[in-house]
Amino acid sequence: MTLFCGHYGSGKTNLAVNYALSLRQKGIEVSLADLDIVNPYFRSKDSTAELEAAGVRVIALPFANSSVDLPSLPSSAYSLVQDRSRYAVLDIGGDDRGAYALGRFVPYILEENDFEMLYVVNFYRPLTTTAEEAFEVLREIEGACGLTFTGIVNNSNLGAETTVEIIEKTCGKAQRLCEMTGLPLVAVTAEKSIAGPDMVPVVLQKRPFEN
Amino acid sequence: MAEKVLMKGNEAIAEAALRAGCLHYFGYPITPQTELTAYMAKRLPKMEGGVFLQAESEISAINMVYGVASTGKRVMTSSSSPGVSLKQEGISYIAGSDLPAVIVNVQRGGPGLGGIQPSQSDYFQATKGGGHGDYHLIVLTPSSVQEMADLTSLAFDLADKYRCPAMLLADGTMGQMMEPVALPEPHKSIIEKPWAVTGTQMKREHNIINSLYLQPEILEKTNFDRFERYRQIEENEVRYESYLMDDAEYCIVAFGIAARVAKNAITMMRKYGLKVGLIRPITVWPFPKKAIKDAADKVKGFVSVELSMGQMIEDVRLAEECKRPVVLCNRAGGMIPGVDQIIAVTKDLVCSVEGGAR
Repeated sequence: MTLFCGHYGSGKTNLAVNYALSLRQKGIEVSLADLDIVNPYFRSKDSTAELEAAGVRVIALPFANSSVDLPSLPSSAYSLVQDRSRYAVLDIGGDDRGAYALGRFVPYILEENDFEMLYVVNFYRPLTTTAEEAFEVLREIEGACGLTFTGIVNNSNLGAETTVEIIEKTCGKAQRLCEMTGLPLVAVTAEKSIAGPDMVPVVLQKRPFEN
Repeated sequence: MAEKVLMKGNEAIAEAALRAGCLHYFGYPITPQTELTAYMAKRLPKMEGGVFLQAESEISAINMVYGVASTGKRVMTSSSSPGVSLKQEGISYIAGSDLPAVIVNVQRGGPGLGGIQPSQSDYFQATKGGGHGDYHLIVLTPSSVQEMADLTSLAFDLADKYRCPAMLLADGTMGQMMEPVALPEPHKSIIEKPWAVTGTQMKREHNIINSLYLQPEILEKTNFDRFERYRQIEENEVRYESYLMDDAEYCIVAFGIAARVAKNAITMMRKYGLKVGLIRPITVWPFPKKAIKDAADKVKGFVSVELSMGQMIEDVRLAEECKRPVVLCNRAGGMIPGVDQIIAVTKDLVCSVEGGAR
């Protein structure tokens, strides 16, 4: 099981969708869970058609994308922790508020004790512009869900204006965050067309309003 | 220029307000503007003199704004369409008391509880009153996350300058989309506010903030005086973007997200040799009447692109004085007009003006 958590707008959903698809390409049976109870827009569920076409099972809030602003989780979400035959990728809502949704699954996750929980960080987001600020959000998330992170993903970007240089400028901050937490840097990510050799290329989820 | 950050439109408004010296925020969460309230809740308690309060309702929030505005401090509230309807009484009182304040409406589909997808159907409410009595708001319409920040700064400055409430009229897309933004440098109001209720220190007469005038002669005078200020605003503060209008034969009028789609449609149409331009109102009150009127002497027709059943189109028709046909290209209820739709409506207009088949 891999859980993607982090600050609002850090890129968790994009990474979760990409990661689920990459596992599927390796022939692994995988479920992707959209457990964002915070934000009704720009969610994993938006990519359901693409994911299901690739053979990924999508588990999402029953009211997501229905314009009913109701943060309820489906009973099928328990299959994420109870069905050990499938790999589970969990896309969790932003900040500590979003991480509360994990609470009910934590006993099962700890019992199985075979998970990685990745902290997604974009140092160009205004409330995580420094390692210290990012550290504060990281600890708030851990406090809210009762799990501890196992790694850090540096997903720093400026949207359409991102360049390799813009990403590289954040490497020092990511390094410092790793030192503060004792966690490994699992990946530096970049949009596919600009990704350097040491970066994990990511395909951006389609968003309806971009021109 | 400052280093850019990646922000949601809602966050950009909040941060720009803090940088404009707004240390008082009162609101009540509602999708799709909740990130604004959440951002203020995170940041203001950490700032010296910062006050964040989630009120029990929009009605109490706007009256808290009324109170702080009376003291001359910069103050803001934000909501989305149904919540802004609840604020209308308070906005009328603030206008009637000649107080500066900034109100943000990140619009969603209506009427009633409507939906949570983007809309521009509060145009009438924002530009034609909304509350009771003779008054106007200065209404600014951002079309990017950068403008969400820049126009927030401007809203505070204009509100102070003219002693009237200003509104940022955004929509769900502007609130939710993320774009790189260079935040404005921190700046405070340099405008003196001798009218503010700050305590007399026994050195001056009491300042009284009030909108009740039982003698009609006096109430009439407050209205005439206020409308003299509105005349100055109409003279000095009209803002709009003119895009490819120099050689345009047809003119699209659109603001906010609609203007972004319209620009894409114009790029496509120009590839086919159809000379179309755009007038994008940045202030919808005061409306860029002269720009539209001047365009009417050059172009053959107008297309008003809106996320409503057709509200701004009335201002376009008034401004161009019925010289040219004006047609509507719209979606409603949270839907957004597409490039294809804009091209189809524009082609229909061309055919009806010039004859021939599409």
